[in-house]
Amino acid sequence: MKKNLIASFHPASAPDFLPLEQLQALQLQRIKGMVQRAYNHVALFRKRMDNAGMEPTDVRSLDDVTKLPFTVKTDLRDTYPFGLFASPMKDIVRLHASTGTTGKPIVVAYTKEDIEVWTNVMVRSFAACGLHAGDVIQNAYGYGLFTGGLGAHYGAEALGATVIPISGGNTQRQLMVMKDFGSTAICCTPSYFLHIIEQAPELGVKLKELPLRVGVFGAEPWTESMRRRIEAESGLKAYDIYGLSEIIGPGVAMECECQAGPHIFEDWFYPEIIDLKTGKPLPDGEEGELVLTTLGKQAMPMIRYRTRDITALTSEPCECGRTLRRIQRIGRRSDDMFIIRGVNVYPSQIETALLKVEGTLPHYQIILTRDKGLDEVEVQVEVTKEVFGDTVGALEEVQRNLGHSIETLTGLRMKVRMVQPQTITRSEGKAKRVIDQRKM
Amino acid sequence: MKLKQLSLFLENKPGALSRPVRLLAKARFNIVTLSIADANQFGILRLILRDWEKAKKLLEKNGFVVKITDMVAVEVSDQPGGLAKILDVVEKSGLNVEFMYAFTEKRENKAVLVFRFDDPDNAIKILQKSKVNVVASVDLLKQI
Repeated sequence: MKKNLIASFHPASAPDFLPLEQLQALQLQRIKGMVQRAYNHVALFRKRMDNAGMEPTDVRSLDDVTKLPFTVKTDLRDTYPFGLFASPMKDIVRLHASTGTTGKPIVVAYTKEDIEVWTNVMVRSFAACGLHAGDVIQNAYGYGLFTGGLGAHYGAEALGATVIPISGGNTQRQLMVMKDFGSTAICCTPSYFLHIIEQAPELGVKLKELPLRVGVFGAEPWTESMRRRIEAESGLKAYDIYGLSEIIGPGVAMECECQAGPHIFEDWFYPEIIDLKTGKPLPDGEEGELVLTTLGKQAMPMIRYRTRDITALTSEPCECGRTLRRIQRIGRRSDDMFIIRGVNVYPSQIETALLKVEGTLPHYQIILTRDKGLDEVEVQVEVTKEVFGDTVGALEEVQRNLGHSIETLTGLRMKVRMVQPQTITRSEGKAKRVIDQRKM
Repeated sequence: MKLKQLSLFLENKPGALSRPVRLLAKARFNIVTLSIADANQFGILRLILRDWEKAKKLLEKNGFVVKITDMVAVEVSDQPGGLAKILDVVEKSGLNVEFMYAFTEKRENKAVLVFRFDDPDNAIKILQKSKVNVVASVDLLKQI
């Protein structure tokens, strides 16, 4: 990796390499400003500070951040649409909205400066995975209210790359453009890219023979085994990008060429890991919920926003030389987690279990039902060419192996049902992994 | 000497069988013979067709997972004891039959047994040594 340092260095990436002391001084200075701004302009935050008997000037060190009140997703819903804005509408140049994983809308706002910060972190994201002027970036994130499309778009343009603003969907056209325009990079959700991989042979496109070399995948949890599969089948290098609308959109964290977990752009986003139940801060290396504080957001400062993403921070130095801490790949969200017979289960665990059984593609869905007060889980798995044979025994064995693998990983016996290929709804946005039909 | 069999995964629900069959009918494929294996939650449809390559493409295009297996077809006279005689040979030679099905030919008074062996090539050798009439796939499909 070291030898690529100069080649892949973009001037915008300079803050990625700040000495720790300097970075922390910058973080503290910016946090103080943020807290003051939120206190002055956001009624909800002021009320919480007052209730806690705190004033913005009580933040004197980074350690003091842990005393500040949390912001949660329902705060955005409760104050819908503009309740958490800290800027007057005349200064707001963009609105985005997300339906979120749990349904109701939330609205986020950006001033001109906010857009600049966002563009900056997206440039640094692309640069981190070796993209530069001359690259052709096919942006298959959805354009519109969703932050993915425009976020990646502005970053790619500012990088000097050629952007193809194709947006999500229409796989046939994606493949045609990829081939004819010679895309060197693609941005989309990992599950959508798997869908592209599946469709390619039918449309006569050999992904490995295309100039495509980088995939910027995010907006949903995925796993290391998915990365391996994507890379083996398409020949590109798959990078994990992390972000969420509430904080800014994509570009909160991004993997470098070492592919060792996304680096958080800590000069703009201050990360903490907390214990899910107690809310107490956890040291680096321990797993818990990621909490983020924006360090520059004017229109909508977020103080200690609980992301519901489960991960751990690592301060181990990365081979790329960045001083920014990394988060572990986010395979699960506290949101998607479901409780079955008293056991917490994450879809990512099921995914890992399915992938362990050779040849099984990760197109699956988890159906939760309740029969006479008893919770039942059914994992529906699409039959693939690899596992299908002409004998009943062979397929039943696959089914058994899947069930066994799931039981090993989750400690729960779940029903496995093989279903016809292409019958589980493919998402062009976020994959819907869990269908909860339990009537509580 | 081997016959190509198409097998398809079917979900155990109403309409699962008619979809592929209708597809084939619409494209004017004639099914020589078929068999269905059923398990608790799913079924496997096994088909013998003349234009198996085209049929496979059509089915795959419509989202089916299709597997091709080599089958061994054996001709016997359509009368009592026809199958038993063949099975004698099979048993004595220690060949393992995964499954089999049969159909009768229209023109001649003959039945065709379609066997799925672990090792079809070895099975053909053994059967031919025992003077069992293994039908070349071309012959078979021409006759029907």
